[in-house]
Amino acid sequence: MPSLKHFDPAKPSAASLDVAGIREKLAASPGPALWKSLDELADTPEFRAFLDHEFPRLGALWEMPLDRRRFFQLMGASMALAGVSGCQRYPAEDIVPYVEQPELVVPGEPLYFATAVEYHGFAQGVLGESHMGRPTRLEGNPEHPATLGALDTFGQASILDLWDPGRAEAVTLDNRISTYDRFLAELGERRGPMLATQGEGLAILTGSFTSPSLYRQLEFLRERLFPRLRWYQHDPVGREAIYEGAELAFGEPVETRCRVDRADVIVSLDSDFLDHGPFRLRYARQFAARREIDADNPQMNRLYVLESSPSITGASADHRLALPAPSVEAAARHLASRLELDVETVGLPAGLEEHWLTALVADLQEHRGRSLVLAGDHQPPAVHALVHAINHALGNIGETVEYSEPVAFRGAPLAALAAAIQAGEVDTLLILDSNVAYTAPADLTMDGLLEAVPFTAYLGTHPDETAGHCRWHIPMAHPLESWGDCRALDGTVTVRQPLIAPLYGGRTAHELLAVLMGEYQMNDREIVYRYWRARFRADQRDGDFEAFWVRTLHDGVMPDSRLPARSVILRSDWASRLPAPAVTTPGVVLQFRPDPAVWDGRFAGNAWLQELPRPLTKQVWGNAALIAPATAERLNLEDRQVVEIRNQGFIQRWPLWILPGMPDGVVTLNLGYGRIHAGEVGSHVGINAYRLRTHAYPWAVGGVELHPTENFETLVSTQHHHSMEGREPVRRTTLEKLREGEAVEQHHPEHSLYPEYEYPDYKWGMVINLNTCIGCNACITACQAENNIPVVGPEEVARGHEMHWLRVDRYYEGDLDEPDTHFQPVPCMHCEKAPCEYVCPVEATLHDSEGLNQMVYNRCVGTRYCSQNCPYKVRRFNWFHYTEDDHTPDPVYNPDVTVRSRGVMEKCTYCVQRISRARIQAKTEGRKIQDGEVVTACQSACPTRAIAFGDLNDPDSAVAALQGHPLQYSLLAELNTRPRTTFLASVRNPNPRLEEGEG
Amino acid sequence: MAQIFRRRANTIARAVVVAIVLLPAAAMTIGGVVARSPYYTGAGLAPEQPVPFSHQHHVSDLGIDCRYCHTSVEVSSSAGIPPTETCMSCHSQIWTEQEMLEPVRQSLKTNQPLIWQRVNRLPEFVYFNHSIHIDRGVPCSHCHGPVDEMPLTYQAVDLHMAWCLECHRDPAQYIRPREEVFNLDYLPPPDADALGRRLVEEYNIHVEQLTDCYICHR
Repeated sequence: MPSLKHFDPAKPSAASLDVAGIREKLAASPGPALWKSLDELADTPEFRAFLDHEFPRLGALWEMPLDRRRFFQLMGASMALAGVSGCQRYPAEDIVPYVEQPELVVPGEPLYFATAVEYHGFAQGVLGESHMGRPTRLEGNPEHPATLGALDTFGQASILDLWDPGRAEAVTLDNRISTYDRFLAELGERRGPMLATQGEGLAILTGSFTSPSLYRQLEFLRERLFPRLRWYQHDPVGREAIYEGAELAFGEPVETRCRVDRADVIVSLDSDFLDHGPFRLRYARQFAARREIDADNPQMNRLYVLESSPSITGASADHRLALPAPSVEAAARHLASRLELDVETVGLPAGLEEHWLTALVADLQEHRGRSLVLAGDHQPPAVHALVHAINHALGNIGETVEYSEPVAFRGAPLAALAAAIQAGEVDTLLILDSNVAYTAPADLTMDGLLEAVPFTAYLGTHPDETAGHCRWHIPMAHPLESWGDCRALDGTVTVRQPLIAPLYGGRTAHELLAVLMGEYQMNDREIVYRYWRARFRADQRDGDFEAFWVRTLHDGVMPDSRLPARSVILRSDWASRLPAPAVTTPGVVLQFRPDPAVWDGRFAGNAWLQELPRPLTKQVWGNAALIAPATAERLNLEDRQVVEIRNQGFIQRWPLWILPGMPDGVVTLNLGYGRIHAGEVGSHVGINAYRLRTHAYPWAVGGVELHPTENFETLVSTQHHHSMEGREPVRRTTLEKLREGEAVEQHHPEHSLYPEYEYPDYKWGMVINLNTCIGCNACITACQAENNIPVVGPEEVARGHEMHWLRVDRYYEGDLDEPDTHFQPVPCMHCEKAPCEYVCPVEATLHDSEGLNQMVYNRCVGTRYCSQNCPYKVRRFNWFHYTEDDHTPDPVYNPDVTVRSRGVMEKCTYCVQRISRARIQAKTEGRKIQDGEVVTACQSACPTRAIAFGDLNDPDSAVAALQGHPLQYSLLAELNTRPRTTFLASVRNPNPRLEEGEG
Repeated sequence: MAQIFRRRANTIARAVVVAIVLLPAAAMTIGGVVARSPYYTGAGLAPEQPVPFSHQHHVSDLGIDCRYCHTSVEVSSSAGIPPTETCMSCHSQIWTEQEMLEPVRQSLKTNQPLIWQRVNRLPEFVYFNHSIHIDRGVPCSHCHGPVDEMPLTYQAVDLHMAWCLECHRDPAQYIRPREEVFNLDYLPPPDADALGRRLVEEYNIHVEQLTDCYICHR
């Protein structure tokens, strides 16, 4: 078994790409071509070799030097042992019943508890599945406003963090094991003198949070005990610009929330609203609701995206424009001025053309009150202020945009803490769940500064970078182990309840602050409970608090806690309060982005996320410097080439990744990699972009130099894996064509040599709507969590051995610099005439009476014929004993799904365990399974409800209703496999004015 | 030229030829016998338990229903092993000094569970569900044997897939009216065959589906 992580990136890259050649090829190709990558377009010999093998680099599987004689010896021995290994008695098995069985627990049946995981400190309401006290899985809470029943990759994967064997297990003092009591004693000693000096020298550093009870504790400390206490806040992917922008426009830091479903025209100014922000799942749902095409009356919204780095929002756009981040402000100013707002403008940024802007403005003006303009979280406050003014001018306020009191609490910035430490003003520092030694900008040198504080205590779940620089490290309880509270963007409160007692005796931020308050024995439940009891009385709510509390816990949302929308007044002097338009600096612009999979680095130790192909690059286990093909051409740089990036005196070497759709003259680096203390999984993966970041320019900085080196690096990506060569897998059309009655082309051959099956009962089928799929990957992680899918590590991924049952293919269409991007989730098609079934020599894969294409692990002998014969390439083979070697902790496995062993083929089962559960339930109740009763894991996670699943025999089911939809098509229908999984084609809704202009 | 092979080489060669045929056949036969033997399947064997619990006494002599202890058998995949509490609901009143029951009392006192040995084992790729079998009229005793006659609980049948399939292919032979599922003294009526077929119909059992792999394996 290859090691999970130790991939040697120093191997030289073979191919160099000829971007100019690719451009010519693209220009010469007739009609719009779909392509997956530059290598494919260049059609390099390496690419061909990769495709020719169904499992690439099979020959390289055994890389040990081995002669023929030794090989036969080993083969003989393993043949003999293989026979023997089958002969073993079942091991004795213990049954451990309860002493006192808890109420509600039924052995074998899971229980669900409503709680929340946090994202930017904001609540994402979830339902936690618990098998006899063991949490195994999280799904979205349908009643929670932020998740609406869906759940993103981070939420899904946080269950793996709970069971992570690399978590901190003991209190440490100067990196040696100590006890919590000793910590309390030492803190207690300091507390006395601090009380006398009103908390002089005492500082607390937190991440982003929305917990009202935690804030109340901070307030209490400041008001009653330590008036000089300083509270700092650090979030490397903070939302500070949003509040500052609101302050510029309205004079107060209001919270902005949108009604994306009400907007006919949406303009994103570098806002990745489908993938970022505390309401992203809700926005994605609302956005998609307007992209579900009614066959009789086709209607949909229109999305314009101006973005500085390709995102999934840009991939969903009808019109997309790549602009360097600093140019977005210039574009916003022009947009504002066209809408007759009095703002200062500079010249049109390169790339933004006059007719484009004119068409956009006209479209917005035609949709006053039904349009929406959004600003990116990482854009400066000025852009946010401009967007507020634009929405105001368009009459969108109260229609598509609402404001409320702020939900998140804001402390002093990290730079202020660094200054205070440098000035020797901090002698006691409490860090509550912020890995600041790793995530701080390089120029603040926080790691060194932490060492300079006499007493530092860090509350964190893992022994990470910050733990190493602090005097005390107190293990923190995971959110699923502790009580707490958090709010959604609209203010809805969720009281977080634990699903399990702390595995390693972790503490919470609430408990640590209680210690400062002198309440040494107070636990987190008591703190949260008392706070809300007091609030209940203060708010003069009716009824019994106990009943209210139980209902809040049960539902996962507190009744009537949503903040009402409030009116705001645009300051008359808002425009003059804007900082002067930025002057563009020469040189390359360097941009930073949170990574789509490991975010700011907090998920770097999470193997599910490390191996999740990033939506656009399809890179796994690492990051790279993303540049445009045009930039590579201009600067004579090559794909995978290592360059030295120099920014304000900070120098680092990065391999390049040429990414179509990047704006010219820009380098984007994803944060979150290059960690050194992220456990066995996350340490030393990728490069740490924080080492190039400065606190003054957290998101974009100009004047950066790139110096090429002679070196190349191999980067691991899945973009060519399981390729269905040149067969137009993604169909797309336009709204206009659809309105003219043009259906997506279908060609089912009518006859088959194989016998027809009959399905007296159920006939399961799936329809995936490519028009609402945003490519967010939530389905992949959901599938991984539900179906016990192992992680194989970068070496194995490089060989094409990744195990995900569901992959999301990304295709580009058209131009190299400004391609149209499409996503296509590909699970097993459960073909009616399945090619895999006919070739299995041991009948390990066969058709069942409900039309499922069954995969029987205990019969499979690993010939892999089925996979060879599968045109969709959805079958996965266990080349090694991945489930044993992948460090997945046993408790996280779904007890309803077999954990597969080496030598066995596997694939998507349509979540047969869920079908089975529903079938048994329905049978014992003497009825049929209702539509919507079986929800596959991918379907439940999907924020846009792009996946429909159900019984095709039931004419009233959601999937049956989609049969015969003008957009419906089967993948590779010409092969007459008659897939059960069908697709609805992607539809674009371009502005006719721009069509003509470009035409 | 000198003889390379001695005379006895002929015999050896013949023996080898015969052995090539016979040895694998013998090995397969022995393997088959072992795989079907109680040694391997565990059928008829009663593993040692922390308390020598007698189903015979509790079921036959005292008349306690299966569901008094195996509470979830009608609603869940798992029949459920009773918590210590259930034992102590009676044994806090009777046989309170009994030596044999010391582990049970200790369990309650120390809040440490009793650790029983599993008697009926299935491989991990088999997903058996009690509730649906009970609901379709498969009697407990069909798989668990005459539990009411077991002083120590043993595995009644070999639990091979072939054995499962006997019923999954033709359940009419084995099923009973639902109300008789827990009855260990049930005597089949004279028209058992007709009753079985009627029940298959009545309970809406789709026999053709019962041999789908996904019914048990996933």
